[in-house]
Amino acid sequence: MKILGLLSLLATHLSANSVNIEENAGQFFSSGHTNNWAVLVCTSRFWFNYRHVANTLSVYRSVKRLGIPDSHIVLMLADDMACNHRNPKPATVFSHKNMELNVYGDDVEVDYRGYEVTVENFLRVLTGRLPPSTPRSKRLLSDDRSNILIYLTGHGGNGFLKFQDSEEISNVELADAFQQMWQKRRYNELLFIIDTCQGASMYERFYSPNLMALASSQVGEDSLSHQPDLAIGVHLMDRYTFYLLEFLEDIHPASKSNMNDLFKVCPKSQCVSTPGHRTDLFLRDPGSALITDFFGSVRKVEITMETVNLTDPIEQVEQNFVNEDLQKESYSYVDQLPVSEIIHQGLQLVNNNPGLSHPHLSFTGQSVCCRPSSISSI
Amino acid sequence: MATTEVERRRGQLAALSIAVVVIVVGVPLWWKTTETYRAWLPVSQINELSNLQLQLSADVEVVFARGTVTPEQQKKVPLTRTQDEEHSVDEDTALRYRYETRYRTATIMEEDALDQPTAAEADLSLHTLSECPCGSLVVYVIPESSSLLPQDVDVYIGQRRTALLRIGGQIRVGKTLDLLLAHLEPRIKQVLQVMSFSHTDITAALSDRVRLSPGNKESIADSMRTFKSSPGYEITFSLLNPDPKSHRLHWDIEGAVQTYIQPLLTKLASVANFSIDSQTLYYAMLGVNPRFDSSLGAYTLSPDSLAHMINPVEARLGSNAASSNPVLNFLLYVPDAQHSPLHIHDSKKQEVPTNAFHSPRWGGIMVYNVDGFYGPEAVFPVDLNINMAKVMGVFLAQLRLLLGVQSPNAPSGFLVAPCSRTGLADWELDRLMWSRSVENVATATTTITSLAQLLDQIGNIVINDNIAEQVSSAVTSLQLAVAELEAGNLRFALQYSKEAILASERAFFDPSLLHLLYFPDDQKFAIYIPLFLPMCVPILLSLLKIVSDARQKRREKQAKKD
Repeated sequence: MKILGLLSLLATHLSANSVNIEENAGQFFSSGHTNNWAVLVCTSRFWFNYRHVANTLSVYRSVKRLGIPDSHIVLMLADDMACNHRNPKPATVFSHKNMELNVYGDDVEVDYRGYEVTVENFLRVLTGRLPPSTPRSKRLLSDDRSNILIYLTGHGGNGFLKFQDSEEISNVELADAFQQMWQKRRYNELLFIIDTCQGASMYERFYSPNLMALASSQVGEDSLSHQPDLAIGVHLMDRYTFYLLEFLEDIHPASKSNMNDLFKVCPKSQCVSTPGHRTDLFLRDPGSALITDFFGSVRKVEITMETVNLTDPIEQVEQNFVNEDLQKESYSYVDQLPVSEIIHQGLQLVNNNPGLSHPHLSFTGQSVCCRPSSISSI
Repeated sequence: MATTEVERRRGQLAALSIAVVVIVVGVPLWWKTTETYRAWLPVSQINELSNLQLQLSADVEVVFARGTVTPEQQKKVPLTRTQDEEHSVDEDTALRYRYETRYRTATIMEEDALDQPTAAEADLSLHTLSECPCGSLVVYVIPESSSLLPQDVDVYIGQRRTALLRIGGQIRVGKTLDLLLAHLEPRIKQVLQVMSFSHTDITAALSDRVRLSPGNKESIADSMRTFKSSPGYEITFSLLNPDPKSHRLHWDIEGAVQTYIQPLLTKLASVANFSIDSQTLYYAMLGVNPRFDSSLGAYTLSPDSLAHMINPVEARLGSNAASSNPVLNFLLYVPDAQHSPLHIHDSKKQEVPTNAFHSPRWGGIMVYNVDGFYGPEAVFPVDLNINMAKVMGVFLAQLRLLLGVQSPNAPSGFLVAPCSRTGLADWELDRLMWSRSVENVATATTTITSLAQLLDQIGNIVINDNIAEQVSSAVTSLQLAVAELEAGNLRFALQYSKEAILASERAFFDPSLLHLLYFPDDQKFAIYIPLFLPMCVPILLSLLKIVSDARQKRREKQAKKD
C-alpha cells in the first residue's frame, strides 16, 4: 500500500516535471521575439506640461527596471523639466505628490531632446530613414524578432497628436509608418500606448498585422491629469499613466501577468475617461502575451552543448618594431581652463546669497544644473 | 452707339484673351511648378521580380571505386544525369532544385588514397589529389567489404567537399547497372541534403518573403537563433571580473583570436565582414544569486535564472557606435572567490560540461572557475592565466551556432568528420552560402517591391536620381544573382546577392524618402480656393456674359431673317 502510494506520488511528480519542461519550452516558442525595444515620446513643451514629461519618465523607469537596456530605448523628451528654471527642486521630476517618487533618478539617457523632438524625427526613427551620420543611440535598430513598445503622450485631438505646440502628426501618417515598418520586417509585435485627449482616434487607422494598441480615452473624451503638487505648482501626472505606473511597479522580470490585466488598468471610476484598446490586428491571443514581452526584456537562453576541440597552441602575435627610427613626438596637455578657480569664485557667489537652497552655480550666465550632490566638498 | 459697340467688343476681347492666357499659359505653369520630381524607376522589371522563380543547381560527381562495378558495367555507366525537383512555396515564389550528377570510375591515385586504414586519412589524401570547386560535391562509392568505415556507419562526410558512401548489403555486384544506380540515387540525395541544401533550409531562408506557418520547434528555434544576413558583424569578447581584489586575471585575447577565431572569420570573408574587439569589465556582478548545493560543494545556477543574467550586464557592455551592424557578445565570467566554483545546471539538474549558455541573436556567456588553481593559503590577489584554448573552443561553437553554421541533424548511419582547425568544413561553408544567397535574394526582392509599391501609392514623394540609380543597380544585381544561382556559380551568386541587398537597403532607407506630405482633400481645397477663386470668378462671369450675348445676337439674327 505504501509502495503504491509512493509510486503514484513519484509518477505525479515526474509528470509534473515533464509538464513544467513542456511549459517552459512552450514559453520559449510562444512569443517569437528575441529582443525588446522601446520608443518613448513626450511631445509637449513648456513648464505647465510637466505631467507629460513625468508620464514618459515613469514609463522609462519601469521599462529599465524590467530589464530593457538604454541601448534599446529611444527616449524623446520635448522639454527639459528637471533643469527648468521654474523647477523648485532641480534635477528631479516627481510623479507622486509630496515628492514621493523621483522618476528622473541618476541614470537617464535622453536620445532626442528639446527641439529635436519633431514629427519628422519621430517618423525617421520609426521607419529607419535617418541620415548616415546618426549615432547608434538615436536609431531604432530592431529586426524581425523585436517586440517594440511605443508610448506617446502630449496634447492630442481627434486624429492628431500635437508636437511642440507647432506641428501635428495624424493617425494616417502613423498607420503608414507602421505599415512601412511591417514591410521591412522591423518588428515582430508592437504595443502602442497613447495617453492624450481622444487618444483612441490615433489607433483607428492602423492596418498592419501584429499591432496592439491602448489609449487613455475614447474619441470625444478628454484625458485628465491626476493631482497637482502645491510645492511644484503643476499637475504631476496624467491619470492613466499614474495608474499604469502603479500597475507596473508590481511587475517584476519573472512575472506572468498578461495583457488582459493591462487592459483593466484605470477603469472609468478612477480615470474619468474610458480607456480603450484594440487587439484585432494582434495575431496571438492577448491573454497569452505577457507584460514582460513588451515592457521587459526576458532573454531566451539555450545551454551550449557543443564545444570545438582546439589543440593548437597560441601563436605569438608578432610585435612589429619596424619604425624604431621614427621619433615619437612627445605630447603634452594643452593649458586647461582654470576650473578650480571658476568653481571657487562661483561658490563664493552662492555663499553670499543665503536665499538659494540648492547648489546652482552661475558664472558668466552659464548654469551647471542637475548635479544634486553638492560641490561644497571642494 | 458705335462707341459702346466698340467698347463692348474691346471688353469681350479683353476677357477672352485673359481667359486664353490663364488656360494656355497659367494652368500648365502651375502644374509644372507644383509637380514633384520623380526619376524613372524600372517598374516593369520590379514587377517581374516580385514573382520569384529560383533555381538552385548542385553538381555531384559520383566516383565508383574498385569493387563496386564490374568492368563491363564500367563501360556502360552514363556520363551525366540531370534531375529536377519542383516546389511551389506560395503563389509568388517557386523553387526548383537541379541536381546534375556525373558518374565516373576512380583513378589509380584515388584508389591508392582509398586504401588508407581510416576514413579520416583517406579523406586527407583525397584532398591532395583534386580541388573541388565551390558548390559541388564528390561522392566516392566504396564496396561493402571496405574497412574504411566502421560497421554501423554507411556514409562518412569529410572536412572538405567529399563523402564516402558504402554500398548497402542488398546490392550484389552482379546486379544490373540500373538497379545499382536506382539504389544509389536516394542515398546520394540524402547526402546532398546534408551537405548542400535541403528544402527546409531554403524555405527557412525565404522567411522574409513568405511567412510560413511555423514548422517543428527545431526549425523555429534555428530561425530565431541565427542572425539575419547582414554585410558585417561586430564581435566583442568581454572578460568579467567581479572580484579584482582576489583574482588578477590574464588572458591572451589577441593571440587567441588570431589563432582560433581569425581562421574561421577569414574563411567566412566572402559571406560577411567581421570586426573584433575585446574588453575587460571589473566589478560586473551577476544579476542572480547562485544557490549553494552542499552535496556538490559548489554554487549552482538553474536554467530559469540564466535568462535574467544578461540584462544587468548588457547595460555596461557598450558597443561600437560607428556602425549599425549587429553585435555578437561573448562574455567570460570568472566567479568571485566567495561564490566559487559556479556550475550551470540544465533542466534535469545535470551539470553542463561546457558551463556555458547562449542567447539567440545576442551571444554567449561562459563561466570559468578558477578556484582549482590556488589553495586556501594563497596571497590575494592571485595571478591567474586563463586557458584560452578551452574558452575559445566553447566560444567558437557558440559562434558557429549564432551564425547559422550548425551541423544539421545527420540521419542515422552518417558519420561527420570533426571540425578542422578553422572550425568550419568546406561543405558547411557551402550550405551557409546557399542559404545566405537565397535569403539575400528574398530580402532584396521584398524590399524593392515594397519600395516600388510605396512610391506608387504616395504620389507626392520626391524620387531623386540617386534613389533611381540604387534601385536600378539593385534590380540588375538581383537578376544576375538569380542567373548565377541557376548556373550553379555559388560564389558569384552570393556576391551579387550581397550587392543587391546593399543597393536595395540604401534605396529604401534613403533619408529623402520621408513622406510628410499628407494632405487630405479638404485641406487641398482649403489652400487653393482662396488663391484661385477670386481670380477665376470675374473671368468665368465675363465668359458667360460673352456666350449669352452671342446667343442673343444669333436669336436676333434669326428673328431678323424671319
